[in-house]
Amino acid sequence: MNMLEQLSGFWHWFIVLLTLVSIAGCLWLLFANAKAPGGSDTGHVWDDDLREYNNPLPRWWLVLFVLTVVFALGYLAFYPGLGNFGGRLQWSSDGQMQQQLAQVEQARNQRYAALASRPIPANAVDPEARALGRGLFMANCAGCHGADARGALGFPNLADKDWLYGGDPEAILASIRDGRAGQMPNFNAMLKAEVVDDLVRTVRGWSDPALPAEVRERGMKQYAYTCAACHGPEGRGNPAIGVPNLADATWLHGGSYESVRQSILFGRRSNMPAHRDLLSDAEIHLLAAYVYGLAETP
Amino acid sequence: MKHEILEKNVVLLAVLILAAISIGGLVEIVPLMNQKAATQPSPGLALRTPLEVAGRDVYIREGCYNCHSQMVRSLHEEVMRYGPAGQAGESVWDHPFQWGSKRTGPDLSRIGGRYSDDWHRIHLNNPRDVVPESNMPAYHWLTEQAVDGEEVAAMMRALRLAGVPFSEQDIAGAPEAVAGKNQMNALIAYLQSLRAPKAAAAPATPAATTQRTAAAAAAGPATGEQP
Repeated sequence: MNMLEQLSGFWHWFIVLLTLVSIAGCLWLLFANAKAPGGSDTGHVWDDDLREYNNPLPRWWLVLFVLTVVFALGYLAFYPGLGNFGGRLQWSSDGQMQQQLAQVEQARNQRYAALASRPIPANAVDPEARALGRGLFMANCAGCHGADARGALGFPNLADKDWLYGGDPEAILASIRDGRAGQMPNFNAMLKAEVVDDLVRTVRGWSDPALPAEVRERGMKQYAYTCAACHGPEGRGNPAIGVPNLADATWLHGGSYESVRQSILFGRRSNMPAHRDLLSDAEIHLLAAYVYGLAETP
Repeated sequence: MKHEILEKNVVLLAVLILAAISIGGLVEIVPLMNQKAATQPSPGLALRTPLEVAGRDVYIREGCYNCHSQMVRSLHEEVMRYGPAGQAGESVWDHPFQWGSKRTGPDLSRIGGRYSDDWHRIHLNNPRDVVPESNMPAYHWLTEQAVDGEEVAAMMRALRLAGVPFSEQDIAGAPEAVAGKNQMNALIAYLQSLRAPKAAAAPATPAATTQRTAAAAAAGPATGEQP
């Protein structure tokens, strides 16, 4: 995939010649200057008798320089550097990356193999499967659902027993694999202004005995007409299509008067991205088990 | 050799020094300018839509590149965390490229599709709302600034001069395509477009099939603001 395209002949020889000629040039420069006549001076004199000598380079320095040239030639013989010549070791950064990836992959698959074939409820209580699932959760899910899986405004809490789309293993698997698209339509145009307040108060105060009976009556009349088709006559929602229960205390988009009013008038849209192309089946299986376990084991 | 000639002739010395230090560049850089892998678009590389062009401009203007890179290095840890390693051909239509050189936040070149548009909106509005430990600044004012269609068309014309193959039709349709959009919409559209070109990711190499692994996951939360 990442194979570097071959250089054309001209650029190949351009690199080879320029590299080798410059290395040879360094050597030539070194030895051409190494044998300066010892003892002669440059003719500069300071402070009457301070003379600048022109001695050959010290031997230890000369040897070090030659060693760097030897190293360079050795490197070019074994590693890629000379145009299309890949070096005797056939090393490449991409090859090394692929190799390490394959190693990690293999080790991981061995760990997954046993766990991925076990049922999700069994994995949900297995410490090793939970640890792997937690790692996957932190890398892929925590951005929206939070590191503690308790969600945020607009992003469902996964650590409670309240499920939008059902909490059985199959439903969780489907949510992760195929994603979910929740949509609350807007009713701004449909609702008469005077009924909005009653409806909001009715929905918020579903199980609240303090809600005045006449408000509930007017609210429920409107509810039966516009809302019951999805949220059900008793406000219990419908997990098959991800419609939230209005009678409980969970409010995905906020339970304040203003938030509920906003939801009814202007709708809401939630989108859980599909992960089938981002994660392997075994990874999705482990994640589902972790999420299932969050709700089942407090 | 008469080294004295060099030492006593400063112009000649300067010319030879220049020649010596240019060899590295001649060997490392000039051949790349003539190599297809670095000058031709990767297979499957998609042209940006007008809205994405506008979003890219917001990305540059707000200095996102100061904290976010767009280059997955060819290291197995990075490939596992972010996705397929970056290729030179992915950036040939980017002027200037957005590789970046610093990661206060995570790499963004494979961010498209990982989060919903809503998540991005909430996150840009106030990053702490979804990532409590984040130290990214909030960009809530982007919703208040409209995208100027004529400006986008002008940007596309400029990019075409630099070699991006926008058609006359693309450019003519730009004002209509961004009508009614604000800069938040544009930036989100741009972020959602950041992904590996399809054809490049297709071969079943380990890199393409395993973008994320438990090992990478165990290393820590990838969604937080980690270097």
